[in-house]
Amino acid sequence: MTAIHLGMPAFPAFPAFPAFPAAAGKAVADPVLRANLRRATHTIRDKRARAVAELADWAELRAAGKAVKDHTLRHLDRYLLELEASVTAAGGTVHWAADAEEANRIVTELVLATGEREVVKVKSMATQEIGLNEALEAAGIAAYETDLAELIVQLGHDRPSHILVPAIHLGRAEIREVFAEEMGGWGRPAPEGLGDDPRELAEAARLHLREKFLRAKVAVSGANFMVAETGTMVVFESEGNGRMCLTLPETLISVVGIEKVIPTFRDLEIFLQTLPRSSTAERMNPYTTMWTGLGPSKGAEGDGPTAFHLVLLDNGRTDTLADEVGRQALRCIRCSACLNVCPVYERAGGHAYGSVYPGPIGAILSPQLRGTGSEIDASLPYASTLCGACYEVCPVAIDIPEVLVHLRERVAQGGPVTREGIRVRIRPAHGHAAERAAMRAARLLLNHDDWPVALRAGERLLARARRLRPRRLPGPGRAWTDSRELPELPAQPFRDWWAARDREGRA
Amino acid sequence: MSSRDRILGRIRRATADGRPGPGLEPVAPGLDAGPGLGFDSGFDSGFDPGVPRDYLRVHAERTPAETADLLAANLAEYRAKVHRVVGEDGLAALLGRLLAARGARSVLVPAGLPAHWLSAAAPVRVPDRAASTPCELDAVDSVVTGCALAIAETGTIVLDGGPGQGRRRITLLPDHHICVVRVPGQVVDSVPQAMPLLDPVRPLTWISGPSATSDIELDRVEGVHGPRTLEVVLLGAQ
Amino acid sequence: MRVALFVTCVNDALHPRTGIAVVRLLERLGVGVDFPAAQSCCGQPQYNTGYRREAEPLVRRTAEAFAGYEYVVTPSGSCAAMIRGHYLRIGHAAEAEGRGGALAGLAEDLVPRVYELTEFLVDVLGVTDVGAYFPHTVTYHPSCHGLRALGLGERPARLLAAVRGLELRELPGAEECCGFGGTFAVKNPDVSAAMGADKIAAAAATGAEVLCGADNSCLLHLDGILRREGAPLRALHLAEILASTEAEPLR
Repeated sequence: MTAIHLGMPAFPAFPAFPAFPAAAGKAVADPVLRANLRRATHTIRDKRARAVAELADWAELRAAGKAVKDHTLRHLDRYLLELEASVTAAGGTVHWAADAEEANRIVTELVLATGEREVVKVKSMATQEIGLNEALEAAGIAAYETDLAELIVQLGHDRPSHILVPAIHLGRAEIREVFAEEMGGWGRPAPEGLGDDPRELAEAARLHLREKFLRAKVAVSGANFMVAETGTMVVFESEGNGRMCLTLPETLISVVGIEKVIPTFRDLEIFLQTLPRSSTAERMNPYTTMWTGLGPSKGAEGDGPTAFHLVLLDNGRTDTLADEVGRQALRCIRCSACLNVCPVYERAGGHAYGSVYPGPIGAILSPQLRGTGSEIDASLPYASTLCGACYEVCPVAIDIPEVLVHLRERVAQGGPVTREGIRVRIRPAHGHAAERAAMRAARLLLNHDDWPVALRAGERLLARARRLRPRRLPGPGRAWTDSRELPELPAQPFRDWWAARDREGRA
Repeated sequence: MSSRDRILGRIRRATADGRPGPGLEPVAPGLDAGPGLGFDSGFDSGFDPGVPRDYLRVHAERTPAETADLLAANLAEYRAKVHRVVGEDGLAALLGRLLAARGARSVLVPAGLPAHWLSAAAPVRVPDRAASTPCELDAVDSVVTGCALAIAETGTIVLDGGPGQGRRRITLLPDHHICVVRVPGQVVDSVPQAMPLLDPVRPLTWISGPSATSDIELDRVEGVHGPRTLEVVLLGAQ
Repeated sequence: MRVALFVTCVNDALHPRTGIAVVRLLERLGVGVDFPAAQSCCGQPQYNTGYRREAEPLVRRTAEAFAGYEYVVTPSGSCAAMIRGHYLRIGHAAEAEGRGGALAGLAEDLVPRVYELTEFLVDVLGVTDVGAYFPHTVTYHPSCHGLRALGLGERPARLLAAVRGLELRELPGAEECCGFGGTFAVKNPDVSAAMGADKIAAAAATGAEVLCGADNSCLLHLDGILRREGAPLRALHLAEILASTEAEPLR
């Protein structure tokens, strides 16, 4: 096996990422990427709409999903303790990780203790968030991604650009290239003469990964849900790679964000209906695995692992929970419906968001989990037109536009936030002084009794300036005039027409 | 301080505002007693968190025959091959034909599978043994199982490791899975109807069509790691 | 019946024709119109950009300017959505931050009296045929705030469909945002322009002469692109079409 090279930096360490507008600008200028994204998002968008329309009680399911999540979050301490007790009683071991570093250390030690030096992985946002693969690599452990899209991204030394379909930015021809060139360096090479038909590509992945599944002794997964009442873990998937990882190895380590717990087994009936329709736009995804600790025989029947470890991950979630408006982001079930309908995501692509969580949900999640200190995180709340399409499709009714505006306030004006459990007051982000002054000036003007006078004076001034017929403005106005004409100025404001008519009427 | 205590402490401080806030709506009265209260007094298993459950238990009124038809249609839409047969004798003949048509030389047999189901099958029978390695199972051509139940509205079969179903891996490694569903006894209409019938202590595998992926251009392709051929036999009573 | 016209600052300054059209249309339908001169801006730019505190005085000003009117009508979906969706929240936040409950009280009083133009026509006046005449092909862009925040639904289309001489062409991808988004247009100019160009292309493909909307902020952005590209399509506010009659056609 050759050296493992992964291009995916750890979640908290994205300092090199440019602010969203610059990264998005590059993506917009890439016609291949634009075409890939447009085709993929429009395909899934329409399918989702049809899948959702089949259920007459969608609004009720959405409200119920929201209520379950809200209730759990409000009593998160109770449910985590209950979960811990249930998992332990079922033969599992529960670990608590306050941050990425601690979670990585726990997993690394667990793997090393088995004596193994490679693990197979089920696609998991949480382990990407903490940069687990890099941590394992540093400890001499090879981590193989087994989800088709994650495999493409890993083989291509690329970064994921979508929550559900991390390789959405690539078309079939590009995927074929990656397989043909890179598979051989990791294990079984791609078949000779590999074509770019998705069926052929899926077959190549099947052959390449099968040998890894059959020999794997340790697997790492996330989970879509954890049931407090029973200790049941749930993974939704399509390809069967999840089932391979969850049932064949001897040791299973699941790293799961603390917000994934729900109270009862019955609560799953809501999400089993809303998650597949929202994510892959299917009535039901091909495979869902539910396991409770080591099972009724405690692993004695050879059905599944003989050791199960659950690592409960905070990593900024409790800080997010402390924010009364922003905490609703923790309801997210990672379906990615918001990405697929977002017009900004469709043009900018996932990489522009500088995080494993792209799109609208990423724009409210990353600046909360990581804070708004970096340039990229301070720019994410503005990466939206507030068009509301994300909120409309969200199966747990996260009001993403509301949280975006709330986070804009934090960036522009500073204010109280919780970081690592401590309430602090942050200062406004850099680069907002001029905007703040302009907003204040505009407000003073608009709220002044002489506003109509100022309006007239301003229009006269602008009318004179317009005689110079500038097509492109310098400074901040450039952003507008680079692609648009300035509006034509009317002869007089509406209120002057009204006043004149009023005078005539009275006369 | 352990990370466990640190995280729990942060949660209690974070939810101590006592206000519902836009993110957390108030729930049933008496639940908002405040952080740290009640969590250690044991969990009341009869507790309902006041979640509005006015969603439908089932999405249409159907006769048993209509439910079976819907199951067949939804399974087929996701590329499962659906067969119908009446009576155990007919089943044995059908399974024999399906295995022969597949060209299977070996078939995995879970403990508890009715013996006469495979009485007309030619392939070598491989019993599901705990000692079998994944490589050995991977070499088997087909597997025949029963199921715990099937859900018509979603085209789903659920396996729970009960008699005639075996360990989870035996329906995963062979490329050909034949699953027998007793109609109407094992068929429910909807997901909410299925939940009370399932025991979460048992390992549960929900299967809706063969292995598939949408990872290339978000378009669904059937057949990746799991069995690429799923045949579902709807077994009617005589 | 008398209503107060909330013309909005953008229309007052840049699109007086829209305000004039609303006045003519409502008067033609027998509604008396007042224009409270103290009105200026609803505070949306400040609020949406993250300057909630700067929006507070404008919330107060707007609420006070329209005090006492049973109906406040505005030809802007996004300004109506600002008032309906956010004024109470801003009031409650002010109260929570120790600036008293007066603002929340003002907001509570104003919110139920505010109507977007098509809501007022269809829901309050109960008309869809306003007697308009506009012999052109038109395609309609339902701006996001009208479509999703207010849920205007079929109201604009029903009003347009009843206009004599008008041929309505369906806009593909109508529900997609045009890319304006207030300060988004200057903070993320590349994505904004790309979205606008796609919207224009979809509108142009309908072959319509007119791209109609009910929100001049979006039309400002789209019209800017149309004129830059020299596209054979003009952007027009719904009110101007509805105000146009055989006796007084829109030029």
